[in-house]
Amino acid sequence: MSLWMWVLLACAAAYTTKIIGYLVPGSWLSHPVVMRISGTMTVALLAALVAMNTFSDGAGITFDARLGALVAAAAALALRAPFIVVVLTGAAAAAGLRLLGIP
Amino acid sequence: MSKHDEALFRFTPAAKTGLAIAAAISLYGVSFGALAVASGLTLGQTVALSALMFTGGSQFAFIGVVATGGAAASAFGGATLLSLRNTIYAVQLKALLNPRGVKKLAAAQLTIDETMATSTVQETAAEQRRGFWITGIACYLGWNIATVIGALLGDFIAEPEALGLDGAVVAAFLGLLWPRLRSREPWALAVVAALITVLIMPPVPAGVPVLVAAAVAVIWGLISARRDRDGGRLSGAEQHGARTRRRNAQ
Repeated sequence: MSLWMWVLLACAAAYTTKIIGYLVPGSWLSHPVVMRISGTMTVALLAALVAMNTFSDGAGITFDARLGALVAAAAALALRAPFIVVVLTGAAAAAGLRLLGIP
Repeated sequence: MSKHDEALFRFTPAAKTGLAIAAAISLYGVSFGALAVASGLTLGQTVALSALMFTGGSQFAFIGVVATGGAAASAFGGATLLSLRNTIYAVQLKALLNPRGVKKLAAAQLTIDETMATSTVQETAAEQRRGFWITGIACYLGWNIATVIGALLGDFIAEPEALGLDGAVVAAFLGLLWPRLRSREPWALAVVAALITVLIMPPVPAGVPVLVAAAVAVIWGLISARRDRDGGRLSGAEQHGARTRRRNAQ
């Protein structure tokens, strides 16, 4: 099979993973326990995304300038900085630490 | 709420958040375009991945396998595994937005980390809609335009890391999580989910840790719903009484 076929097949598979979630019957989603889980899901998914984006390194985990970005962003949030300032603080911290030679 | 408040395209906090995230993500699109072509994909294949697959982690996984000369079937497998979390996002977003008809088909394509994150943390229905659609459309346009630029011009952003782009992404997700951590319970859940994610990242394939975090959320939700049902808003003594009655009933 050509690479083109695999590209299109993978795109179709990705779209399938996305659309399936929207085909869940609406009546399932109004159940109180499901609504409770929807709240815990948001927190757990965001925490996982923060952890993954901070520590992921190909196959394993690593500690690098992204950890500095995490700490700087947390400090900015504790000081009630607006969202865009938090994002820029994270970028500046990571870039600054790399200038200092931290990977 | 007035009609004006409900208008989709308004420069509200959710819209600003979405546009900031789209800007950071789009710069990564340049890297993707350049790397894809360097891995041996044609311009057409590269553009197809960004336009049709449109889920960054999966796209990088796909070209990563192709670049190292791996089998196309395992590129397909890795990309699809990484996209499974989008199913969970889609269920979340259906519960919030319930798009119908053509909108549902479009919403599915825009269902990614960034849109789930920006939409689900908003407090009002109007902001949830804005968080989803503005983030989604901005990311889609930015990511695809950046892909073409990267594929044609090569990686002029030689190292996104030197600009701290990866730090910006970390900060963005933390910034979205932060307002949800108002009491002890979400804090505890966030710490547990993050710890489990980090601990299982080395042994399991990419894409699985987020699914495990989702499972943690389900278990946590079930336990806390049961605790509320059992305890309700009863006083300690009444709770004790309820517990005794239940024990007796069993």
